[in-house]
Amino acid sequence: MARKRIDSPLSVWGHYAALITLALITLAPIWVMIATGFKPDVVVQSREPIWFFFVPTLDNYEYILTRGKFDRYLWNSIIVGTAATFFTLFFGGLCAYALARTDFRGRVFTANATLLVRMVPPAVLAVPAFAMVIQFSLDNDLAVLIFFYTAINLPFAIWLLFGFYKQIPVELEEAAIVDGASPLQVFFRVLLPLMKSGYAVAGIFTFRIAWNEFILALLLTGRQSRTLPVGAAGFITDTGVEWGRIMAMGTLIVIPPLLFTFFAARQIIAGMTAGAVKG
Amino acid sequence: MTDAATSIAAPRSRKPGLRLSDLGPYFFILPALAVMMAGLVYPVLQAVYLAFYDWKIGTDIADAPWVGADNFVRMLTDEAVRESIWVTFRFGFWTISIEMLLGISLALLLEKPIRGASVFRTIFILPLMVSPVVVGLVWRYLFDARIGWINYYLGYLGIEPQVWLGDPELAFFAIVFTDIWQWTPFIFIIVIAGLQALPSEVLEASKIDGANWWQHILFVKLPMIKSILVIALLMRLIDVFRALEVMFIMTGGGPGRATELMSLHIYNRAFTTQQLGYASAIAVLLIVIVTILSLGILRIGNPMTSKADV
Repeated sequence: MARKRIDSPLSVWGHYAALITLALITLAPIWVMIATGFKPDVVVQSREPIWFFFVPTLDNYEYILTRGKFDRYLWNSIIVGTAATFFTLFFGGLCAYALARTDFRGRVFTANATLLVRMVPPAVLAVPAFAMVIQFSLDNDLAVLIFFYTAINLPFAIWLLFGFYKQIPVELEEAAIVDGASPLQVFFRVLLPLMKSGYAVAGIFTFRIAWNEFILALLLTGRQSRTLPVGAAGFITDTGVEWGRIMAMGTLIVIPPLLFTFFAARQIIAGMTAGAVKG
Repeated sequence: MTDAATSIAAPRSRKPGLRLSDLGPYFFILPALAVMMAGLVYPVLQAVYLAFYDWKIGTDIADAPWVGADNFVRMLTDEAVRESIWVTFRFGFWTISIEMLLGISLALLLEKPIRGASVFRTIFILPLMVSPVVVGLVWRYLFDARIGWINYYLGYLGIEPQVWLGDPELAFFAIVFTDIWQWTPFIFIIVIAGLQALPSEVLEASKIDGANWWQHILFVKLPMIKSILVIALLMRLIDVFRALEVMFIMTGGGPGRATELMSLHIYNRAFTTQQLGYASAIAVLLIVIVTILSLGILRIGNPMTSKADV
C-alpha cells in the first residue's frame, strides 16, 4: 500500500523548525522585559538592542525594592489574590456541585445566567463600583477588590468545576451514603479529595486574574491598598517612562504566573480548551 | 420515596438517599448567586440607572440631576462614540481574522504528535498568563520611537524610524500586532486540542476513500471542529468588547481616538472627562452588544444546562 501522507505535508524536522520559530517569537518580548530589568540606564537608552551581552546590574531592583512601596503592593496583591481565590473556590465549588448533582427548580436558569454574567465587561463595572467606593468611602479597603474579583471569577470557576464534578462517577457517592455518610460528609470526605486537580485549575485561573487585574484595582484602591500592577503603571510619569525600573517591576509581577505555567501547563491548557472543545 | 417533586428533567429515577432535601441545592448555590448578583448584576442595573442622570465626579450622587433619555439621545449623535464603535469593529475584524487564520493554519500544519510537544504548548500559553499591564508595557517599549527595538530592526530594511504610538494608523497597527502576538497561540492551542480529539476512524475512512490533504482538511477536519471554531470566534469577539488594559498602557486610546476601543472610551469618558452618567449610557450600549453575542454562545450550547448523571 502506498504510504500517503495525509496528516500534514510537513516533515518532522519541518515541525520542529516551525515550532521553534513560533516559540522564539512568543518568548522574545518576555525576554526583552527580563533583560531590560537588569540593564543600567545607559544601555537602556542606547538605541542599539542588546539581547544578551551587557553587564547586568541590580540597580533597578534595588530601587523598586527599597525606595518605592513595593512591599506594601506585594502584600496587598497577595492578600487580594489569596482571598479572592479562596472565596471563589468555596462558593463556586458548592454551586457547581449542586448544578452537577441535583435537580431543582431554576437549575437551567441558573446555569444560563451564570454563563451570561461571565461576559460582563469590566468597563461596565467600573463606574458603579467607583460609585460604591465613593459612597461608602472604601478606597483603602482591600475587601472591595476581593469582593469584585470573586464576583468576576465565579462564573468561570463554576463552569470549570461543573465539568470536573461531571467526571466523577456518582457510584462513589452512593457507596458512601450506603455506609451512612451525611451529604456534607459525602461532599467533604469523598468528593473534595477527587476534585483536587479541578480546584487547582480553577484556583490558578482565579488567582491569575486577581493578581493581574489592573483597571478596577486602579479605580478602587487608595494609597494604602494599591496592588502590584497599579504600582508598576506608576512608573509611567509625565516626564517619561523609567524603563529599567518598570521592566524590573514587570518581571517580579510575572513570576507567579510563570511558575504556574511551568508547573501546571497541562492543567491550564485543560482549563482553556475545556470551554471550546467540550462545550 | 417519591421523586415526583424533583424528577421533571431527570432521565432515570434517582437512587434513594442521594438526594439532598428539596431545599438543599438552594443552600449550595446561594452564596455564589448572591456574590454574582451583587458584584455583576447589580452594577449592570446601576449603570442603567446612572445613564438617566448627569452625575459628575466630585459631586454627591444623590444631587445628580435626572436628565431623562438625554444621555442616550446625545450618544446617538456623538461623533466620538461612533468613532470608538468603528475602532472596536476594525480592531475586532483585523485581530480576529488574522488570529483565526494564522492559528488554524498553524494548527493544521503542526498537529502531528511529536516529542516535546508539551514544552512548546507551555511556551505558547505564556502570553496569556502574563499580566495585560506587562504586555502593554513591553510592547510600548518595543514600539518606542526613540529607543524601540522595532524601529532599529526596520532600519536594516531601510525603513525610516516611525513614531509608532504617535500616529493614528501606526498606533492602531501596533495594538493589533500586540493582540495577535498575545492571542494567536490561544487559537492555535484549542484548535490542536480539537483536532487531536477527533475520532481516528473517521480520519482513516477519509484516507481510504482517497481524499487528498486539502480535501481532507476542507471536507473532513474543519467541519468536524466547526463548533470549536465558532465558540472560539465568539469568545474572541466578546473579548474585543472587554479589552482595555493593554491599550490603556500602550496609548491611552490616542493619538486622538485612534486606539480607543469601546471599553476604553467608557473609561475615559467616566474618569478623564468625568461624565459618569454619560459614560454609563455608553456602557448600556456595550452591555446590549455583549449580551447579543453571548446569546449566540448560549445557542450553541451550555454544558451546564444538562445534568451530569443524576
